[in-house]
Amino acid sequence: MDRFNTALTIMKKELRAYFVSPIAYIVITIFLIFSGFFFFKDFFYFNQAEMRNYFQLLPLMFTFVVPAVTMRLFSEERQSGSMEILMTLPVTSLDVTAGKLLAGTLFTIVMLAPSLFYVVTLIIVGSPDPGPIIGGYLGAIFLAAAYASIGVLTSSLSKNQIIGFITGWAACFFLWLIDKIVFFMPPALGFLEYLGTDTHFQNISKGVIDTRDIIYFLSITALSALATVKILDERR
Amino acid sequence: MISARGLTKSYGDLVAVNDVSFTIRKGEITGILGPNGAGKTTTLRMLTCYLEPDRGDIVIGDHNVKDNPLEVKKIIGYLPESAPLYPDMLVYDYLVYVSEVRGVPANGRIREIGRLCGINEVMHKNISELSKGYKQRVGLAHAMIHDPEILILDEPTSGLDPNQIVEIRNLIKEIGKQKTVILSTHILPEVEATCDRVIIIDRGSIVADDRTDILQKSLGKDNRISLKVSGADFAALSEAMKGIAGVRDVARLDDRDLTGALITVSGDSEARPEIFKTVGARGWVLYEMKQEQVSLENIFRQLTQGGNNGQI
Repeated sequence: MDRFNTALTIMKKELRAYFVSPIAYIVITIFLIFSGFFFFKDFFYFNQAEMRNYFQLLPLMFTFVVPAVTMRLFSEERQSGSMEILMTLPVTSLDVTAGKLLAGTLFTIVMLAPSLFYVVTLIIVGSPDPGPIIGGYLGAIFLAAAYASIGVLTSSLSKNQIIGFITGWAACFFLWLIDKIVFFMPPALGFLEYLGTDTHFQNISKGVIDTRDIIYFLSITALSALATVKILDERR
Repeated sequence: MISARGLTKSYGDLVAVNDVSFTIRKGEITGILGPNGAGKTTTLRMLTCYLEPDRGDIVIGDHNVKDNPLEVKKIIGYLPESAPLYPDMLVYDYLVYVSEVRGVPANGRIREIGRLCGINEVMHKNISELSKGYKQRVGLAHAMIHDPEILILDEPTSGLDPNQIVEIRNLIKEIGKQKTVILSTHILPEVEATCDRVIIIDRGSIVADDRTDILQKSLGKDNRISLKVSGADFAALSEAMKGIAGVRDVARLDDRDLTGALITVSGDSEARPEIFKTVGARGWVLYEMKQEQVSLENIFRQLTQGGNNGQI
């Protein structure tokens, strides 16, 4: 309980830090402009009351938006030296990682929240199928957590935020890409498809909630978080 | 209170701290003194669980640092060098955050610590807007918010102006009456002014570890007297002074109008009455005569520069 409270305190502090810096608003704005474009393209051109295209592109957008959100979490602390203050407070590496990961994930969810207006619009003008929309949002939350944990991991590797961002983006993009390049590989490597985030996300966003997909996202999150904890401990 | 045995820490090939052992008793202000790069910060970082020693053991209170870092961190308040606080937080928010992580009730405590450290008037400013002195004080407040038994300060006065240095030193002395304080510095007068005890580190090893006054006595074999007179040239003055029992050396001391001399006297003899009489007898006018306190500076120089480390 103690440890959980500590993680929550760190999370609150990081969330507050997000909203006092202009970068947060810039990232949110860019995300909303792009995602809004992809939503309204279908909405007006094809007169479709659905969010399929929106959720189809979300994983790709997340590959660069989420690492941009998480890049500062550890890099900034190491750059400014405040890491020393943080780690000499009565906290464990796990508390710190969990707190920062939760903050990054929650921030991404907040960023996604304005898209609920699209849902409202759809309900007013048409009768959308609720399954894919609920599934889409659920999948987005899992995806946010998985990518945020990768972003937190790469942020812990370097003092430089930009390096943290680029390696984070590369890792997330690779996971997004992998099920698309399996096509070019020998059939024996077909299992690689299951490592891709997109396959699992698209499953959930069809409205089919399969434990395998959820376990996939949770494992990515847990593995990256544990790797981060290991890195923090090793650095001592 | 704190006992460290055989601490060793290296970064790659560089051995920053080499087989260092010491004990720090409760209720003392201990100064860790050494030139830049001697291993002071590394030692403190190991005490505060920020770094893990490659070898060696630290026991703080009842807890071993290796087995129970969380408990150790709870009873320590630590201010790292140059106080790297979060720049975009308000002072008040920052202190609330620290007290939440530490699990102490924030309400009355922040006002109290703010008064003690003199930061109540900047509570609602951004940390990035603070002057160096205020930042350092906020750092002190951060380190003391949970009323720790042990306070560890890394170069607490570096970069401050002389008034601020005096204030911070007084504050540290005040705190040191009830708490165990460890501070590191490369400034000698600081140790002389604040510490009960001093550990001198050079190139990763301890070269001296004793009470400040004992160290001063044991090494200060010679006294130095600075003298300023008028009516004599240096040659005559030097001649006259060398005739006094106990005087070993006379060196020129530059002064615009007067003739100055720096006289070295063997530690056990008292030469001042004789000097006064001699000056008077020759018809010179005595403007100034001062016996200098043997400072730690000489000791420090001897220990950290000569090749004879480890010998006092």
